[in-house]
Amino acid sequence: MTERPAAPAHGGRGGAVDLSALRPPFGPEEAARRAEARGALYFAEHQLRRLRSYAGTVLGVGVGTPVLYLLAMGIGLAGLVDDAAGPGLGVPYLHFVAPALLVSAAMMAGAEENSYTVMAGFKWQRLYLAARATPLSAGQLAAGHTLAASARYLLTSGVYYGVLLLFGAVPQPATGWLLVPLGVLAGNAFGLPVMAFAARLTEDRGEFALLQRLVVVPLFLFSGTFFPLSALPAALQWLGWVSPLWHATQLGRVLAYGLAEPAWLTVLHVACLAALAVTGWLLARRAYARRLDA
Amino acid sequence: MSEPVIRATDLVKSYGGVRAVDGLSFEVSRGESFGLLGPNGAGKSTTMRMLGGVSRRSGGRLEILGLDPDEQGPRVRAHLGVVPQQDNLDEELPVRENLVVYGRYFGLPHSYLRPKADQLLEFAQLTEKASALVSELSGGMKRRLTIARSLVSDPRILLLDEPTTGLDPQARHALWDRLFRLKEQGVTLVLTTHYMDEAEQLCDRLVVVDHGRIMAEGSPAELIRRWSTREVLELRFGSGRNAAAAERLGGIGSRLEVLPDRVLVYSDDGERDLEEISRRGLRPVTSLVRRSSLEDVFLRLTGRSLVD
Repeated sequence: MTERPAAPAHGGRGGAVDLSALRPPFGPEEAARRAEARGALYFAEHQLRRLRSYAGTVLGVGVGTPVLYLLAMGIGLAGLVDDAAGPGLGVPYLHFVAPALLVSAAMMAGAEENSYTVMAGFKWQRLYLAARATPLSAGQLAAGHTLAASARYLLTSGVYYGVLLLFGAVPQPATGWLLVPLGVLAGNAFGLPVMAFAARLTEDRGEFALLQRLVVVPLFLFSGTFFPLSALPAALQWLGWVSPLWHATQLGRVLAYGLAEPAWLTVLHVACLAALAVTGWLLARRAYARRLDA
Repeated sequence: MSEPVIRATDLVKSYGGVRAVDGLSFEVSRGESFGLLGPNGAGKSTTMRMLGGVSRRSGGRLEILGLDPDEQGPRVRAHLGVVPQQDNLDEELPVRENLVVYGRYFGLPHSYLRPKADQLLEFAQLTEKASALVSELSGGMKRRLTIARSLVSDPRILLLDEPTTGLDPQARHALWDRLFRLKEQGVTLVLTTHYMDEAEQLCDRLVVVDHGRIMAEGSPAELIRRWSTREVLELRFGSGRNAAAAERLGGIGSRLEVLPDRVLVYSDDGERDLEEISRRGLRPVTSLVRRSSLEDVFLRLTGRSLVD
């Protein structure tokens, strides 16, 4: 019998794998250049892959929610309102409520995508910490997250708009389709400040649930969604003016059925939403950098 | 020795007023396997985070491949593979996709990543788990996947922070085997551990760190020679009688250590000393002669009191 060197005790099947047999097409310097140029997209790509695993749910909710709301509000409640209010609103209740429902859905998506998801990135699943060990920078993670969230708003708003069309809820489709990009803007105007807030939290002690109950739901109810702001007592009308959702809703009405309002007010709606999104983004990016560049 | 790939000089990291790392200096050569050994809270992980370009140093100098990680973070990180102390895999994605998305962070194309992911899964013995969700894996499998993930960009330097903590012996040995193969393939390994056997198995050279400072440096064998004796004689005389017995052991071995449950005699010839002990009429309940290990060095340098 010939002497053979003892086999490695724990070699197993993988032992034979020669990792050097498959080398990357370029070296680390090129990897760093690519990451610098497109890192945010790489991170967004990862987030969208995650979205894919529950795409069915997103799509189901995306279609189901508008159908339910339109049946309840746009048809059920509308019958009563249109009879009682007569020409008070100027348009059928279905047309009045439809753009408001779409931007509300985008705002809620903004709250969802930027609360628990951000917390998971920093703490629960530490995805940000994993990505931070690669050539990606903290700012690119924030940007990638926002890009992926925007894709979600686009999907939600696009599906919502399709359902509105099916219900005949958009009298002016020539400008009405702009509800879809408006949904993306509304999602970010609300979502980016939430992201900045979530990135500063080291632990969720019920803050996100409170955000939902004390901010999202009141905004949904009191932003001129179901009735014009003028129907509220004067002392409460300021709620609408400070609400990003009111600005998005009114803008949506201008686009969907040509709501008559002064041009400066329309400009103000856009400016408010943009200002919230930009401020939220700057704060969020700083919060990411502070937390990840310790 | 070739040009060092890592050069740390008087490295300092303070949190508030506390110096977690307090003036570490060391170099790591290409292809070397270098260990940072120390108790919990010694500053090992903080050092690793600075090496990995994710934590800014408070003082001193640091060069990775000649680059300053505080100034060239992304470039430095593009050269490294990192295995963090806590797994941070994406639990919601399948095993294989975890490798692909991580490779994308380095800008690597799918045409490379698809076959590379398969190769790495085989290396990590996870081929059968390729489409399982990470949340379904055992601790050892997750650790192997984390190591596989760190290799997706084919790094020449691998930073491993306590790679086998919390694993059972089978999983630890399987991991050591994988790491040893990487070392054979020329990868520079920098690892932290508080397992002495791990350090002895994997490290060409190591530093013992405590309170953010280097207590000793050398190969495992050198450290044992310098800080311990060839053998250790462990004697148990029964609780409460050890101290009294130790008084009669004068002149035996080069050093004595009296513990509540036993007496340790650091000796160059344990059997000879054991004979001498019985000539003196001492009858230990049990006696054991063993080779000195890194653990003896470690305990001598960092003390026996609990740190946590």
